Amino acid sequence: MFGCFCWTLLLDAFVGIKMQITLKLYATLSDLLPSGAKDNRINIDVAEDVTLNQIIDRYKVPRELAHLVLINGVFVCETDRDQPGPLKNGDVLAIWPPVAGG
Amino acid sequence: MAWTKKLLRVDLTAGTCTEEALNMDWANDYLGQRGLATRYLVEEVAPTVDPLGPDNKLIMATGPLTGTNASTGGRYSVICKSPLTNAVACSNSGGFFGAEMKMAGWDMVIFEGKAASPVYLHITDGTATLQSADDMWGKSVWEADKILRTKVQDPQTRIAMVGRSAEQGCLYGAVVNDLHRAAGRSGVGTVMASKNLKAVAIRGTLGLNTIKDPKRFQETVKAGKAVLAENAVTGEGLPTYGTQVLMNVINEVGALPTRNMREVQFEGASKVSGEAMHEPRKSDGKPNLTTNGACFSCTIACGRISTIDRTHFSVKDKPEYWINSGGLEYEAAWALGPDTGVDDIDALTYANFLCNEDGMDPISFGSTVAAAMELYEKGAITDSHTGGMELRFGSAEALCWAAEKVAKGEGFGKDLGLGAQRLCEKYGHPELSMTVKGQEFPAYDPRGIQGMGLAYATSNRGACHLRAYTVSSEILGVPEKTDPLVSEGKAGLVKAFQDATAAVDSSGLCVFTTFAWTLDDIAPQIDSACEGNWSPDKMLEVGERIWNLERDFNVKAGIDGSMDSLPKRLLTEGANSGPAKDRVNELDKMLPEYYQLRGWTGSGEVTSDIRQKFNLPS
Repeated sequence: MFGCFCWTLLLDAFVGIKMQITLKLYATLSDLLPSGAKDNRINIDVAEDVTLNQIIDRYKVPRELAHLVLINGVFVCETDRDQPGPLKNGDVLAIWPPVAGG
Repeated sequence: MAWTKKLLRVDLTAGTCTEEALNMDWANDYLGQRGLATRYLVEEVAPTVDPLGPDNKLIMATGPLTGTNASTGGRYSVICKSPLTNAVACSNSGGFFGAEMKMAGWDMVIFEGKAASPVYLHITDGTATLQSADDMWGKSVWEADKILRTKVQDPQTRIAMVGRSAEQGCLYGAVVNDLHRAAGRSGVGTVMASKNLKAVAIRGTLGLNTIKDPKRFQETVKAGKAVLAENAVTGEGLPTYGTQVLMNVINEVGALPTRNMREVQFEGASKVSGEAMHEPRKSDGKPNLTTNGACFSCTIACGRISTIDRTHFSVKDKPEYWINSGGLEYEAAWALGPDTGVDDIDALTYANFLCNEDGMDPISFGSTVAAAMELYEKGAITDSHTGGMELRFGSAEALCWAAEKVAKGEGFGKDLGLGAQRLCEKYGHPELSMTVKGQEFPAYDPRGIQGMGLAYATSNRGACHLRAYTVSSEILGVPEKTDPLVSEGKAGLVKAFQDATAAVDSSGLCVFTTFAWTLDDIAPQIDSACEGNWSPDKMLEVGERIWNLERDFNVKAGIDGSMDSLPKRLLTEGANSGPAKDRVNELDKMLPEYYQLRGWTGSGEVTSDIRQKFNLPS
C-alpha cells in the first residue's frame, strides 16, 4: 500500500496536480481504495487530461471488473474510457464490478 | 415430463381434498407455475369476483423444474385475484416449500371456498387432510410454526403460513414459507387468511422420477451451473453482497425514490447498503450480515441472514429477536429505508424481521408508511390518529412502531394495512399514493430509469419490478447497456422482458438466473425434462401467451388501459437531483408504441386476432 501511495505521488508530480475529484469503489472493489477512504470514497488529485482507464489502472482495478463506470451518475462506456479529459474539478467517479439485484 | 401430472383440489367449505389429473394440454401452452395456474384461475374464477369472498380461489403452483437439481429449481407461486389491486395476483417464492410439494407428488394445490373455522392442510405424499388451526390463529408465523411442528412431528416438513396481519385484513399480507421466504406481493396471504386457511404443511418423500431424458437433463443442468458459477454477478456479486449491492448503484444514478418519491437520492443510502451490512458494528464488533443462504437447489445463494444489534432500542428488551434470520434484500431495504427517510440499518432489519414474522409485504408496508409520513407532514394525519406517535420522515422509532402495529392489526396499524392508495384516499390526498393499480412501487424511480415507468404502468399485477426488470439493461448493462434517460426503444425492451420473465416464472426456476442465463440456457433444461419440444422460441411464445391471458383477465375485471398510468408526481414533477434532474417519466411517448407491439387496441384491449393467435379462452 505504501509503495502504491509513493507511486501515486510521483505520478501526480509528473503530470501536475490540476484538480480534485471523488473516487468511489464499491462491492468487491472496495478493498482497492487507499487508506483514508471512508464510506467507499476518497478525494484524489488528477490531471485535467487524465483518462478514466488511467485512474482505473492507478488503483489496480482490473479493467474487466470496471463494469459500471459512472461520472456523476452517468454511465461511460468502455470505448470512451481512454478519452483524455472527461472529468472536471469536483466530479464523482464511481466504479462497480458486475452487480445485479432486484 | 417433470410434471407429476396431478393436482390437489381442496374444498375448504366442504372440507374435502380431491386428486385430479393435470390438464396437460394447458401445460403445453402455459408450462407450469405462473402460467398454468393463471390458466386454471381464468377457467374457474370470474374476473369480477370479490377477492376476499369464498368464490375467489388460491392456487399454489410449482413449475416443471421445481424439485429438480436444476440450479434454483425450488420456486413456487401463489395465484389468485388480488384484494390490493383487484387484478390477477401471482407472487413467487423460493425456500424449500415448493420443492417439497413436488416431492409429495403434486404440481399444484387449488384452494376453493372458505372453512367454517381456522384450518391447516397437512400433506404427506398422497395423503392430504384438513386439521383444526384454532390454536394457531392469532399467532405470528414464527409462533404458529412451533405449534404446528409439535403436531406434525417431522422436522423435514415444510410449511407455508399467514401471519396476524393477513388475519386482520392487511391488504398486503404475504404467504411466508420456511420462516423467512415469502410470496410477498399483491396480498396473496390476505386471500389465504380470508379462507380461514392458516397454513399448509407438506412432507414429500416420493422424489421426482419423471424426468423425460435424465442423462441429457443432467448434462444441461451441469452446463447451466457452470455458466452461473463463471458469471461475475451470479458467481460472486450476488453471493457476497446480495441484492443490496444495488442501494449505492441506484442512488448514484439518481433513481433511488426517497421520502415517498419526492426525491431521487438519499443522503443515508450508504448506511443501509449491502456494503454497510458487512461493516462491524460498535457494540459487539459483528456485522449485520452473518452469512448468505440458498434456496432449494440454488447455486447462487443470494439470501441474507442477519442479526440486529442487541443494544438497539428496537430489541434491547426482546431477546426473542436476538437471532439469525432473513436479512435485508434490496427492495425491502429501500422501502423501509430511503422511502421513509430512515438510515438506521438495525431499525430496518427489525422491521424486516417483523414483516417476515407476521407476513407483510415489506415493499408495500414501507411505501405505505412513507405515504403516511407525508400525510402526517401535511397535517392530514395527526397525533390523534396515531395515538401520539410522530410519523416523521427519518424516524426509526416510527418505522418500528408502525411495523409492530400492522403486524398485529392494532390501532393505526389497521389504516396502514390498507395500503398507500386507500390510506391516501381516506385522508384526503389520493395524489400522494405512489402506486399503480393500487400496488406500491418498488425501488426504482421511473424518472431516472425511463423503461421502468412503462414496466410499472403496464404490469399485470400493479407496480412491480419483477414483471419487466429493464433496470438490468438500463442500469446494469445486462444483457446490453441502454440509456436509462431515454424513452425511445423502451417499449420493445419492456415487452421482451415481460414475455421472457413470464416464461421463466412458469418454469420453477428463479428469475435471478437470467443475469447469466438466456433462454438458450434455460430451454434445453426444460426440453430434456419435459415433453413438448421446448425451444427458446416456444418459451417466448408461451410467455407472450401468459401475458395476454393475464391482461385479458384484468380488463374483464375492470382493470383496463385507463389504469396503465403513473402517479402525477412522476409525470409532472421533475427529479430534484442527479442525472435525471428536471426530467419526468415519458410514459405518453412509450405507451402507444407498446400497445402497438402487443397488437392490442389503442385503448389497450386484447384483440380477437391476438386471442386467436394464442388460443386464449373467450
